[in-house]
Amino acid sequence: MSADSQESAIIQLRDVYRTYLMGDQSLDALAGVTLNIQRNEYVAVVGSSGSGKSTLMNILGCLDRASKGNYVLNGTDVGDMNENELAKVRNRQIGFVFQSFNLLGRASALKNVMQPLVYRGIPIAERKEIASEALVKVGLGDRMDHLPNELSGGQRQRVAISRALVGNPAILLADEPTGNLDSKTSREIMHLIDELHDQGQTIIMVTHEADIAKHCNRVISLEDGKVASDVKQVKSR
Amino acid sequence: MNTLIESLRSALESIRAHAFRSLLTSLGIIIGVTSVIAVVSIVQGMSHTINAQFAGLGSNSLTLRSHTPFKQAMQGKFAKLTDSDMRAIERQVDGISHITPVLYAASGRRGGVTYRSQTANTNVMGIGPSYLRVNGVYPQLGRFFTPDDEKRRRLVCAIGEDLIEKLELPKDPIGEFFLIGSDWCKIVGVIERRGEILGFSQDDFILLPYATSRRIMGTTRRDLDIQVQLLVDDMNRLDEVKTRVRRVLRKEHNLKAGQPDDFKVQTAEQLTESFNAVIDTITAVSAGIVGISLLVGGIGIMNIMLVSVTERTREIGILKALGATRNDILLQFLIEALLLSLIGGLVGVALGYGLGALVSTMLPGFPPAVVPLWAVSLSFGFCAAVGIIFGIVPAAKASQLDPIDALRYE
Repeated sequence: MSADSQESAIIQLRDVYRTYLMGDQSLDALAGVTLNIQRNEYVAVVGSSGSGKSTLMNILGCLDRASKGNYVLNGTDVGDMNENELAKVRNRQIGFVFQSFNLLGRASALKNVMQPLVYRGIPIAERKEIASEALVKVGLGDRMDHLPNELSGGQRQRVAISRALVGNPAILLADEPTGNLDSKTSREIMHLIDELHDQGQTIIMVTHEADIAKHCNRVISLEDGKVASDVKQVKSR
Repeated sequence: MNTLIESLRSALESIRAHAFRSLLTSLGIIIGVTSVIAVVSIVQGMSHTINAQFAGLGSNSLTLRSHTPFKQAMQGKFAKLTDSDMRAIERQVDGISHITPVLYAASGRRGGVTYRSQTANTNVMGIGPSYLRVNGVYPQLGRFFTPDDEKRRRLVCAIGEDLIEKLELPKDPIGEFFLIGSDWCKIVGVIERRGEILGFSQDDFILLPYATSRRIMGTTRRDLDIQVQLLVDDMNRLDEVKTRVRRVLRKEHNLKAGQPDDFKVQTAEQLTESFNAVIDTITAVSAGIVGISLLVGGIGIMNIMLVSVTERTREIGILKALGATRNDILLQFLIEALLLSLIGGLVGVALGYGLGALVSTMLPGFPPAVVPLWAVSLSFGFCAAVGIIFGIVPAAKASQLDPIDALRYE
């Protein structure tokens, strides 16, 4: 990897460890991961359960901090940040899409999408405007006032994607985004994510399905907390 | 400021989403505040009326009455204030403008009075000519007693307005006769209305000339127990007169140094004060009750908020993933607790006032309920404090949740 690509990388992990203490035993969920991810890459993270992919996602998403090593996101070292600064980074730089959608059950689709903007201090009228635009983009312009339990799985995931992107984050982190969907809906959602990539979005996706990983142009496979292989590929759709 | 509004908005949403549960949560607070506002409004209503009444008494008047110390009462000796005591005071104390004896027939035998077929019980009082001046009341119909009435012990009387109704007297009862005990008595005056204190009518009485009352009581003995009311001509000399009166009475009663007084000298102010002391006690007791119920209510709120935090763990995780800081979460839950408590307070104040007003209108003769501003603001203040104190633990718990654990929570 050239020095040039390292500097321009949106994500730089340097020898990252994440160690859990269980009683008097310690367990390295991540044991020295070094990674550079460039802008507009479309990365799949694969690996068996216990390989450390969730831990990696948590660290990339600033939900967790590395026990050792450096993490530079979009030019800032997030390793030294306190809770509040991390919350701000999550709010501005990162969009999450979860397997189980994780929508706010009591809030309408629109309010779900508005929520990240609350923490940016954007006034409510403007919030509404931005959020409804984001929902129209994912094809849910006519479902804004529906509660999550009034929406289908695919629609819920669209709301979640729209919520993840509403604040124009640097990276989109998707954790098994199609895990809870049937194959037809999965294809629709993957199509949407592919489109986002085409529009220039940096996407990192955890998956254990080979079919899904094929969509990406880089596949990182983890084993025992280490990068076992890192392959660039031509994405197929 | 922005964060505050957002927190308020989401707290309101959450309360609305669980409307019934929120109501139950606030119930402890509602009951506490309702009871205290009801009690305070009734008590304050009384206090208002009574203070107004006492103000009419005149602050420069003194009331003397016999008072048997406990030790003597055990020995069966009862203190008396007599005619000669009064005359001694009249002779020996300067600065008294008016003095009158008051002989309560009621204290011996509550007078049964009869007019045609109607019989009623009432307070029969024998009074001197200065009574009206000392008490600040005047006849509204007819006249008051003349010195001649007193001298000849005429069977004439002035009555309170209530008696007109009680005995079914004519509207203008002047000149009518009725029976007091076994004596026919002529009505010469009706005293103007004084209203009620604590639901007791102040217009249910018969005034007789002092000498006449002694005659009706069926005795000419000199040592009937009477009360003495007097007016001091100079307000500033009230204490001095009080001391003098006390000295004269102790001498008259042959009390040795160290023996307690067997009488009481009270100013109108003291009456008000002792009454206010009662009011204060009631208020303090109800404040204590409300304190306890607010405590219970607060624990209820804390309990539900803790449940709510557990129930919404995943939601908290989501919010944190979306960028909520610890403070955002803390504030949201704290404001929710505060709001629950304040809504409880609001409902409580409204219910309490309604209850107080209801009670005071339902019970005949009760003064109208008054809710003082301090009671309302104090209630709200306490509610806010309870909300914050009992909301802080669940809110802190929520804000400290680890986002990963919270997101994983099922």
